[in-house]
Parts: sequence; C-alpha cells; structure tokens
Amino acid sequence: MATDTQLDLWEVFIQSKAGLPYMHAGSVHASDEKMALQNARDIYTRRGEGTSIWVMPSKYIVASNPDDNDMLFDPSNDKIYRHPTFYVMPEGAKNI
Amino acid sequence: MHNEHSDAHFQLRIDNGEHIEAKDYMPDAYRKHLIRQMSQHAHSEVIGMQPEGNWITRAPSLRAKQILLAKIQDEGGHGLYLYSAAETLGVSRVEFIEQLQSGKAKYSSIFNYPSLNWADIGAIGWLVDGAAIVNQVSLQRTSYGPYSRAMVRICKEESFHQRQGYEIMAKMMKGTKDQQAMAQDAMNRWWWPSLMMFGPHDTDSPNSSNAVKWKIKRETNDELRQKFIDKTIPQAELIGLTVPDKNFKLDEKTGHYKISEINWDEFHRVIEGHGPCNKQRLDHHIKYHQEGEWVREAALAYKQKHLKKELQTV
Repeated sequence: MATDTQLDLWEVFIQSKAGLPYMHAGSVHASDEKMALQNARDIYTRRGEGTSIWVMPSKYIVASNPDDNDMLFDPSNDKIYRHPTFYVMPEGAKNI
Repeated sequence: MHNEHSDAHFQLRIDNGEHIEAKDYMPDAYRKHLIRQMSQHAHSEVIGMQPEGNWITRAPSLRAKQILLAKIQDEGGHGLYLYSAAETLGVSRVEFIEQLQSGKAKYSSIFNYPSLNWADIGAIGWLVDGAAIVNQVSLQRTSYGPYSRAMVRICKEESFHQRQGYEIMAKMMKGTKDQQAMAQDAMNRWWWPSLMMFGPHDTDSPNSSNAVKWKIKRETNDELRQKFIDKTIPQAELIGLTVPDKNFKLDEKTGHYKISEINWDEFHRVIEGHGPCNKQRLDHHIKYHQEGEWVREAALAYKQKHLKKELQTV
C-alpha cells in the first residue's frame, strides 16, 4: 500500500458570472489537469455557482508569510493621499 | 511590540474576533483540536452516505430517487470540502483515511444506526440533517478560516436536505394508517440518537471549554441541542407525529422545551463501537477504498505517461 496516494492537490478558482473576478473556492485532489477540472466541476459547481473554472497545482502557489504583514501592508496606511477623499475640492465643483 | 508567536497574542486575536489562517501562529493544542474535530466532521459526511445509499435503488418514485442521489452526492462533496480544509493543518488525506479505517478517528455515532425502511430516509433528512444544520450554522463563525468557509458553503446546501426529509415525513403522515405508523416508528427510533449528536452535557464534555475559549465552537453542546429541540417539536406536532418522550413539556417562562434525560449509556456504547452498524460501516468503507486502488494507480500511470511525452517533445 506504500505506493497508494490520494493524488496531487489542486486549488480551484471559480468565476460566478462573466466579467466578475475569479474567487478561490477550495481544493481538489487529482492526478492531472483534466481530472482536476472535472473534480472541481463536480465538487464546487453543483448549483450554478460558476460559469468558468480555473485549477492550478497547489504547489505553485506562493503565499506571503503572516510574519511579514507589518512590512508588507503597513506602509500603505500612511499614504492617505492615494485616496480621492484626501483632496479638497473648491465649493461648487461638479462631476469630479 | 508583542510576540506574534505567543499564545497570549493568539488569544488576543481570537478575542478580537479575527480569523486564524493556515500559516498563522496557533498553539499546538488548537491545531490538534481542529484536526480532530474537522476530520471527524469530514468522516461523518462520508460515512453518512451509507445509510441513505442503501435506499437509492428502492426509492418509491423517480423524483425521490433523483433527490436522494443529489443529496448523497452533496454529502460526498461536503466530506471533500472538509478534508481539504483539514489538510491545511498539515495532515495528509492518506493519514486521515488511515485514522478512520483503523478506528483511531471517530465519526458521528448516528450513522451506526440502520435505515430500515423508506420512512427512515425522511427521518434522517429531517432529524439528522436538522441537528447537523443547527451545529453547522453555529460553526460558520468558527475561528479557523478554512473551516469557517467550508461551513458557509455546506450550510447553503444543507437546507434542501432537511426540507426533503420533512416533506417525506409530512407526506407519509397524510397517507394510509400503515404509512403513518411507519413514519411514527422512524421518529421513535431517530429522535433520541439525533439529540445525542450534539455530544455529552456541557458538564461532562472534556473538549468543550478550550473549544469555546478559542471560538472553535461558538455555542456549547447543550445550547445547540436546546435550539434543535425547540425548532423540531413544533414541526413534529404540525404533521401529527408524537415525540417519543412522555415527560417533555414547554416551559412557559423560558419558552424552551424540557425533555427527559438522554440515555447516555447508549451514547457511550455506540461511540465505543457497539452500535448496530459500526462494523458494517467501516468494513464497507475499507472494502471500497481497497477496490478503488487500481483506479488511483491507473490515474498516476496515465499522468506519468504524459509527463514522459512532454519531456520527449521539449
């Protein structure tokens, strides 16, 4: 039984409607692309949840480390001038 | 700055209502508790396919057969969502299945009761899935992100399960005397085991206190059980079913039903492996797992063959 495996892990992304972004739905086990796509369809779209599916081997996902969150995400907090509400518009200005 | 890898910081995040993700720091005991609870939950979904699968070929109409097939397919899917979510904690699918088959991991003891006739399919959907939903709705707010997301997906799908079961029961209660008797008999057999699904009383539940502190569980066993009782008794009465408990009564002051004491000896007996179907359920799982080995082998051989071809054409 040593050779018995549960196949490779794949991540599934579903687009619920044309034009919308693909969202992570979960994972499936499969030996190849075709099986991954079929399993994703059977497991994650039984009730019209999607119009399109992406699958990719989980091992190719590179994730940020939670320990780096301060370094990665804090700097954006002090750049409020990136938001439109930072700017003072003259009284009476329209369509801006 | 506090140490992000400390249990105190972890508890602070939990208390703030944050979700914990797979790569975040978590105490070993939190990880262990989740592995146990989530795998048990996944095993329950998969083993739970058996009592209903028993009735696919004998469903009384094509409509009933289609519905039952769809429901059982959902249960399989729910098992897969949960296994995937549990795998994020660093345990492989192979290990989970070994733990189930060796008896090291448990599954809900409700599935060790037999489904004797069609009314049981009604009772399973209405009572067993009904109890599961109460638990799962609460778990949508569990602190571990992947578990919480799996629960949200499962809850969206489960309510059809309970409604189809209640529909079967309601239909039988409008039928012949024999059909009514069958429905009542199923109610009598499934009522108490369904109440046991919530686990021991809070005072006797060894795993509960940490689980509540870590917000893995958002409500206790007894709170969830009470919710189920309060919802279900009026549903039984509406269609003319009698709750098999001579002493139950509505407490006007609290609005909650009080019931007789649960037979905990039976609960422990079934968990320890002495229910009517424990052996049958595991034997079945092992048999089909082993018989499926050639399929997994063939899939891998197919993959290898195509990898070789790709290498040759490079």
